[in-house]
This record gives sequence, C-alpha cells and structure tokens, in this order.
Amino acid sequence: MNSFFKYFHSLFSGILTLLIGMKTSMKVFLRKKVTEKYPENRDTLKISDRFRGTLVMPHDTENHHKCVACGICQISCPNGSIVVHFDTVVSEDGKKSKVLTNYEYDLGNCMYCQLCVNTCPHDAICFDNSFEHAVFSREKLIKKLNREGSTLVKK
Amino acid sequence: MFDFSIVSSWIHNLLTGVMPEFWAIFLECLAIGIGILLFYAVLAIILIYMERKVCGFFQCRIGPDRVGKFGIFQLFADVIKMLIKEIISLKNSDKFLYALAPFIVIIASILAFSTIQINKGMEIIDFNVGIVFYMAATSLGVLGILLAGWSSNSKFTMISAMRSGAQIISYELSVGLSLLTVVVFTGTLQFSEIIQSQADGWLIFKGHIPVWIAFIIYLIAGNAETNRGPFDLPEAESELTAGYHTEYSGMHFGFFYLSEYLNLFIVAAIAATVFLGGWMPLHISGLDGFNAIMDYIPGFIWFFGKAFFVVFLLMWIRWTFPRLRIDQLLKLEWKILVPIGLFNLALMILVVVFKLHF
Repeated sequence: MNSFFKYFHSLFSGILTLLIGMKTSMKVFLRKKVTEKYPENRDTLKISDRFRGTLVMPHDTENHHKCVACGICQISCPNGSIVVHFDTVVSEDGKKSKVLTNYEYDLGNCMYCQLCVNTCPHDAICFDNSFEHAVFSREKLIKKLNREGSTLVKK
Repeated sequence: MFDFSIVSSWIHNLLTGVMPEFWAIFLECLAIGIGILLFYAVLAIILIYMERKVCGFFQCRIGPDRVGKFGIFQLFADVIKMLIKEIISLKNSDKFLYALAPFIVIIASILAFSTIQINKGMEIIDFNVGIVFYMAATSLGVLGILLAGWSSNSKFTMISAMRSGAQIISYELSVGLSLLTVVVFTGTLQFSEIIQSQADGWLIFKGHIPVWIAFIIYLIAGNAETNRGPFDLPEAESELTAGYHTEYSGMHFGFFYLSEYLNLFIVAAIAATVFLGGWMPLHISGLDGFNAIMDYIPGFIWFFGKAFFVVFLLMWIRWTFPRLRIDQLLKLEWKILVPIGLFNLALMILVVVFKLHF
C-alpha cells in the first residue's frame, strides 16, 4: 500500500515540478533579451564603470596630471608593461625632484590586473572602459599616457 | 471549404487527354515525388531556423541574426555549406552499410511524411490502415540508426545506436497505445476519416479526459521517438560527441539532420491531425454562423497553425528539461507511460461504450 501511494505521489509531484520548470522557461522566453547587437549599437552601448578597458592618465583643463614619477606602478606591474621615464631636476634651494617626461604603457603586455592603479599613491592613473583596441602592428600598442607639455598639478 | 481534389482531378483529366493513362499516372507520381522532396527540404529549413530562434529565446538570446534581416539566410548558407562538403569514407568501416544507413533513415522519414494530410483532398497516402502504416514507417528509421552506429566502427556511435534502439523500441509502445485510444474513439484507422469525424469538434474537446491523457502521452513518447528534448541520449553531445552520426560528413550527415527535424514535424503533424483535427477548422456544433466564418480560412492554414503550435510545444519541452539517464528513461516508459496508457485505453473504451463523450 505504501509503495502504491508512493508511486502516485511521485507521479503527481513529478508532473507539478515539470510544469513549474516549463513556467520558468516561458518567463525567460518572454523576457527582454540580453544580447547586445554590438557594431550597430556602438553609440548607445553602456559598459560597467568597473570594466578595465585601457589605462589612462586623467588630465585637467590646464593640462596638469597628478603623476610624481615615483615609479611604484612600474615596480608593481607583474608584466613589466609600464616604464616611467623621468628627469631629475634640482631646484634653487638644492632639492632634487623627479619630473615625468614619458609614461610608457604597453597595452599588448597588460593583463588588466589593476595593481598599478591600486598602488598609485596619488591616483594619477585609472582604467576607463574603452575596449576597441584592434590595430595592425604591435608598435601601435605602446602608448604614451602623459600628454605633450603637461606638468604636475600644483598643490 | 476549398477542396484540393478539384485541382488534382483537373490535372489528371488534362494529362489523360493528351497521353495514355499509364504515362499520365507516371508523370503525376513523378511530380508528387519531386513535390514531396522539395517540400521536405523547405520544411526542414523552416524548422531548423525556428529551432535556433526558439532555442535562443529560451536562453535569453536572440538566435541567428547576422545573415540577412533576422538571420533568415543563415540556414541557406548552412545548406550550401553542407552540400559542398566532402563525404569522407572511413578506413575500417563497413562501406556498404555505412553508405546505406542515412538513406534508410531518410526514406523512413519520407514514408511517414507522405501520410500527412495538408488540406481537404490533398493527401498522398490515405488508405484504410493509415495509422498502422504510419507506425510501421516511423519504426523503420531505427534500423538506419542502428546500421549507422554499427557500420561506423566507433565506440561512440555503437553506444548511441544501442541506446537509440532501446529508446525507440520502448517508446513506440506508448505512441501506439495513445493512437489506439483515438482509434477506439473514432472507429477508423484511416487518417481522412479520423479528420472527417472531427467536423463537429476536435477530438481534444470531444473526447475530454482520455484524449487529453493520450495527447500528453503521445507528445512525450513522440519526443522520445525523434531522439530530441530530454530524451536525446543517443546524441548526447557531452558524452558521445554527436551519437550515431559522429563519423558522418557532408550530405550523409545532412540526411540525419534533415530527418531529425522532419521527424519532429511529422510527430507534431500527426498529433495535430489526430487530436486537434488536422485541416478541419474550429467548429462548435450549434453555432452555424461561426462555423461558416471559420470555413473561409483555408485548411492548410489550420493544419500548419496546429502543427507548428505542437512543434513549439515540443521545442518548449526540449529547451526546458535536462537529459534523462538511461534507467530513468526506461523507468518513465515501462513504469509510468505504459500503465497509464493501458489504463487510459480501458477508460476510453468505457467512455465509448457508455457514450460519455460529447
């Protein structure tokens, strides 16, 4: 008798769970689709702010950046894709200071780990979310992040 | 109601007017054969496109989208690719059976396909044991699958063929029982008479509970018989690469692919014919005005509407449930569907004897 009851119980509970599954899949069927039609929707494309696209050095309106050329990012980069070129300048009162001349960033070597951004003591660099990197030669992937004639922001 | 037999008899009279009757019938047979094959290929393209779109929608994607508007030319590109691919012959396979197997599968599928009635008077094979012929034709396909699996000389195809054999032979019983339930109700094995008997209401309304049970059993067993849905053990991609057609290429593979989708359509079309009235419009006895309006919609639109509705049901089932294990598959058939089918047959006999139907 018990097995007889169990048979019918499993049959009807099985049908019920199957119907629940079909209801769920029908909900997904009618839901708005998540697919991005990429090249057509380039203008309206919304990418998460946390997406790591390219390393950039933000400049303000007077062409100032925040990089003091300390080289911590270069040390922390696991792939060696950052090279900080600087000049040592001696001021009038005899103090030596570093001035950034070329912030060299090899996009082709970068693995987007964000260690450089996290270790930067002055928040001079950050990742933006542009992702269309395709070029025809490796040389074009080596980028200079500081702009021409830019200087350190005055405190 | 538009009767297609007017057109066919007009063509017959036209041909017999200019040539002896033998040649007229010969030409008609030729035209019908070419017609079936063309229709078969076009339907396969429509079904594969529909499957890919529906599958995408069930997975929150949009499916093929790049070739043409809404990706409608994707399937034509696939067909051309398949036609120009090389047919590779394997080193240690049984060459003759290896080449024969896809043809057995597709011939079985076309034979079953020709029993379908699209419109009033538009039938190819319609004789007094139509349902028995349909079941015989569909069960021929498993022979091709077994041969394909055996002659490919590969472990995967062999396992798949054995699974397919166990599955199709078991589930044929349920298909037979559910169709037999309908035969008990209508009292005929001929498809055209089954459709004609639904003129005052489709069977799914007339036969109530036993027909609903038979319809559901038929959908489950039909899905299993076409090796689709949760019953796709014979071609289980994750375990057996592609199952019995792993070693095939080019159009030989294409035949398996075509017949898989056409078997889906055949199962849906027979379900639509037997349970939902085929080309018969929606008639409610008593409402003559309503019935007259429904008669203005041509029969083939009713037929394809119903058939594609059932196809969509089968696709919904396919893309919802995970694959069964082989013991679960056989348990479902022998412990659940067959007892319920037998009980349902007895119930239907009671309904018919005591005239409890509408």
